[in-house]
Amino acid sequence: MKRRDFLQNTIPAAILPSIIDNFSIRVLGDNPVMAALLNTYVETDRVLVIIQLNGGNDGLNMVVPLDQYSNYYNARTNIAIAQNKVLTLSGTSAVGLHPSMTGLQTMYNEGKLRLVQAVGYPNPNFSHFRATDIWMSASDSDEQLYSGWGGRYLSDQYSNYPVGYPNTTMPDPLGIQIGSSASLTFQGPSVNMGISISSATNFYNLINGIEDPAPATKAGNALQYVRLVAKQSNQYATRISAVAAAVPTQGTYPSGNTLADQLKIVARLIKGGLKTRVYMVSMGGFDTHSAQTSTDTSTGTHATLMQRLSDGVKAFQDDLKGLGIEDRVIGMTFSEFGRRIKSNASTGTDHGAAAPMFVFGTKVNPGITGVNPTIPTTATVNDNIPMQYDFRSVYATILQNWFCVDNVTLQTIMLQNFQQLGLCANGNCVTTNVDDNRNAGITLISNYPNPFTSSTTISFTTKGGHTLVQIMDALGRVLTTPVDRTYSAGKYQINFDSHTLPPGVYYMRFQNGSTQQVKPMLKVR
Amino acid sequence: MDRRAFLTAGKKKQTDLHIQPTVVAGRTTTGLNLYAGVWTKTEVTHLLKRTMFGSRLSDISYFAAKTMNEAVDELLNPVSPLPTPPLKDYDGVTGATTPDTSVPDGTTWVDNVNNDGTIQSRRRASFKKWWMGCMLQQDRSIREKMTLFWHNHFATETVDVGNANFLYKHANLLRTKALGNFKQLVRDITLDPSMLIYLNGRLNTATAPDENYSRELQELFTLGKENNPNYTEADVKAAAKVLTGWRVDNTVNTFHSYFTSSRHDATNKTFSSFFGNTVITGRTGTTAGDLELDDLLNMIFAKNVEVSRFMAKKLYRFFVHYDIDAAAEANVIDPLALILRTNNWEIKPALTALLKSEHFFDAMNQGAMIKSPIDHTIALCREWEVVFPDVATLYADAYGMWNYVMTVAANNQQNIGDPPNVAGWPAYYQVPQFYELWVNTDTLPKRNQFSDLMIGNGYSRNGKKIVIDAVEFTKKLTNPGDPNELINEVFDLLFQIPISQSAKDQLKKDFLLTGQDSDYYWTNAWNIYLGAPTTANYNTVNTRLRGLYKYCMNLAEYQLA
Repeated sequence: MKRRDFLQNTIPAAILPSIIDNFSIRVLGDNPVMAALLNTYVETDRVLVIIQLNGGNDGLNMVVPLDQYSNYYNARTNIAIAQNKVLTLSGTSAVGLHPSMTGLQTMYNEGKLRLVQAVGYPNPNFSHFRATDIWMSASDSDEQLYSGWGGRYLSDQYSNYPVGYPNTTMPDPLGIQIGSSASLTFQGPSVNMGISISSATNFYNLINGIEDPAPATKAGNALQYVRLVAKQSNQYATRISAVAAAVPTQGTYPSGNTLADQLKIVARLIKGGLKTRVYMVSMGGFDTHSAQTSTDTSTGTHATLMQRLSDGVKAFQDDLKGLGIEDRVIGMTFSEFGRRIKSNASTGTDHGAAAPMFVFGTKVNPGITGVNPTIPTTATVNDNIPMQYDFRSVYATILQNWFCVDNVTLQTIMLQNFQQLGLCANGNCVTTNVDDNRNAGITLISNYPNPFTSSTTISFTTKGGHTLVQIMDALGRVLTTPVDRTYSAGKYQINFDSHTLPPGVYYMRFQNGSTQQVKPMLKVR
Repeated sequence: MDRRAFLTAGKKKQTDLHIQPTVVAGRTTTGLNLYAGVWTKTEVTHLLKRTMFGSRLSDISYFAAKTMNEAVDELLNPVSPLPTPPLKDYDGVTGATTPDTSVPDGTTWVDNVNNDGTIQSRRRASFKKWWMGCMLQQDRSIREKMTLFWHNHFATETVDVGNANFLYKHANLLRTKALGNFKQLVRDITLDPSMLIYLNGRLNTATAPDENYSRELQELFTLGKENNPNYTEADVKAAAKVLTGWRVDNTVNTFHSYFTSSRHDATNKTFSSFFGNTVITGRTGTTAGDLELDDLLNMIFAKNVEVSRFMAKKLYRFFVHYDIDAAAEANVIDPLALILRTNNWEIKPALTALLKSEHFFDAMNQGAMIKSPIDHTIALCREWEVVFPDVATLYADAYGMWNYVMTVAANNQQNIGDPPNVAGWPAYYQVPQFYELWVNTDTLPKRNQFSDLMIGNGYSRNGKKIVIDAVEFTKKLTNPGDPNELINEVFDLLFQIPISQSAKDQLKKDFLLTGQDSDYYWTNAWNIYLGAPTTANYNTVNTRLRGLYKYCMNLAEYQLA
């Protein structure tokens, strides 16, 4: 007997209930009748992709203030981009892009890119760590927040996560982060709302089933066993693998570009059908204290970064178009801070303050928000770019316009009332019934005993008003409707006598106003 | 399926597995020779994780400063007094017919007679919490781990025993004699009130013999099932007659067992050829039970090869590894059994030889155990130095927190005081999976949820909180300002399987450096915090440390010890 067979043959009785549970969930998801029955509301299919530029991006060399070119040049003669090399943008002569950013230039000219000038926050912090935390938590400069803005948004939408997840209405990770292993952005008030795929390599390991070698020792054997269980119990791994496998061909992405690698995964997962709303990717190396440029200032370290960013985003946008999902996705770049106006003597720039952000996609309002920062005639080492827009206004606008978050909720996520910037189309915001997900993890209907042989007691909790309980078979046929009337709020019990029914899986469907919940029960001989 | 059928089913599978062994890697031929290799923190950590619940940084440093001999000797010779007995942490009035008013709140109930069902139920809960507390607050010795070993060996269940005063007496026996004489312990357990209740010894009379204890005494406690030939069903019946007449008294505060000669079977008891056709002479009078029990144990322990090998294997599986191949059998089990025999069943010489052996410290045997749920939860609290409410001043809060940890371990299938049956936890005997049984798709996520909670917001109850303080812990490291040294030291503490340098570098960058390349940024943040421990500076380092530590505890490697 093989070991695998042995395991299958000796499943301890204690595990049985969860297997029954899994079985029923699979039936729910796989059965088109049941699926149609459950999908009674319109889902938000919109996606936000956040691109983090780690290290503090030099906004002045990315978005060059052509209207103040001489002041710009004088402030940083050793790294300034030659005026004739700056990429021009249609409809403006004041603003140009880094010479490496031909991709973003094209997107701008095609109306798929919005530039937000001088984004920052009052009293900027110049520490990488603290500034990153501020951007991710959306806190004030002197405020300590322990959750991230994305996490607060997702926590509002999926209140009890991870209890009750994945489920039929939200079978997928709420947020996915690629590239780094811990992000405050997804931290909810109590748990992290996202999952991490720690690297592009790991992701492909996941979908291709490759495993790191374990040592050939007893410990290695034990390690392999635990890893196997970990893989089996990662409830999202199977789903992610299946979704990724459903997208065999994608557009062309540049090679040797880790951002492009990550964005390619994101496009694949979106196309494959993940309902995940927020993705986060990142690229590092922006901390250019020295050797930011080569002698030809349009080349060098920062030029390479600009090219990777631009090429990666352009390839991603083209791929989305080719996959037919272009209108569902917007992206946003951010960095923990910009850099100083005046360059230093080692052809670099030191930690600064405000910097431009890009928001991209077919549904953004193209153009430029704000004006170029004012560059002093004689920049000193202490001169920083002051903020024109608070970064939280960008977040708030995206949440409100893109994710249709109402004003009251927005205040609880952003903690303050931030200015609306009109960055993206205020599209058809269909009121989405999120009760199902808010109630996930809360048992509204249950039965005992389960499994049962003839009769079982069904308990349900109504918040008052009309309440309906239907019993359905595995094909979704309603067999009986034991509860169908108005109740006052509270917990009620009914007896369900099943003696005429054959053994098998049945479903209790609970409906109370806009809330519904379906739970399986098992009749045995 | 009842327990016996389940065990038998497992045994049948064993035949197949001997043909196709599941564990092929990591064979070693080392034996009980005194370990003479290096004595670094790696070996100390291994020794502590096996003999205590987790290896605290301070304990590692303490024993690293000694020799291997000194370290093992110290672990095997506890000097701390026994834990103080469990306290009344419960409501002694509500719902009780006989309220528990004579025991003041916060004092011990163990010598107070009260057979009210509600009160006893609350005392059982108190007892279980207290036992968790004993392990969480363990001294620097093997005593608590050995007590758990004996609890698994002489398994009883609190609900079946019912009376918490008996349960305390039972646990106290295991703890007091944990490093004593095995034969004496078997005798004490035989007459222990909890065991007399659990395996029906108190109902075993001349007119209506009950074979329950008689069978387990031979099958589970001394001889095992694997001998060929072995004891027979007739031996079970005969031994049951020897053991007739014992009863328990829960009406006086000594909570003792006693012998009633009128219930004792005074006939001669004849045993099978396995026991050399021994006849134990039937006796009458008040000493009959004691004298016949001595005869019975002398007869069983005269099968000294079988008994000693059975116990050697049990110790081996608890402290080294479940897989006993031919080399381990010849080089470890046989000589270990001999040590038990030649030392007249004293446990300490055998443990000394095992824990000082080159086999025990063999690299092939390190990190190969999957932590039991109790080991996982308690080691987590101890290694990260989670601070619990002080039982001396806040006993109710302390008991409440211990109760939480107990619940977590119980949800992961190891409930202190309540093993699933008299055979103990299957992970210690069930062929072929053994420890692997602890980890499945239900329990592994629960383990991760517990570690996530403890490194995150912690567990709060009644205004108190238990949580891993990542910053306080990190301060105790040798050089936490250097992110490389920090990671090396923490990983050495947490993982018994080395983590590759490239993985360490990646984790350093992702967590401690927040994606930056220069180590300076961590060093700077740490030094800024040390220089000015403001909330902001604290949060900066705390966020990063918590992310790293959370990730570590989610790695498969963390489940091994």
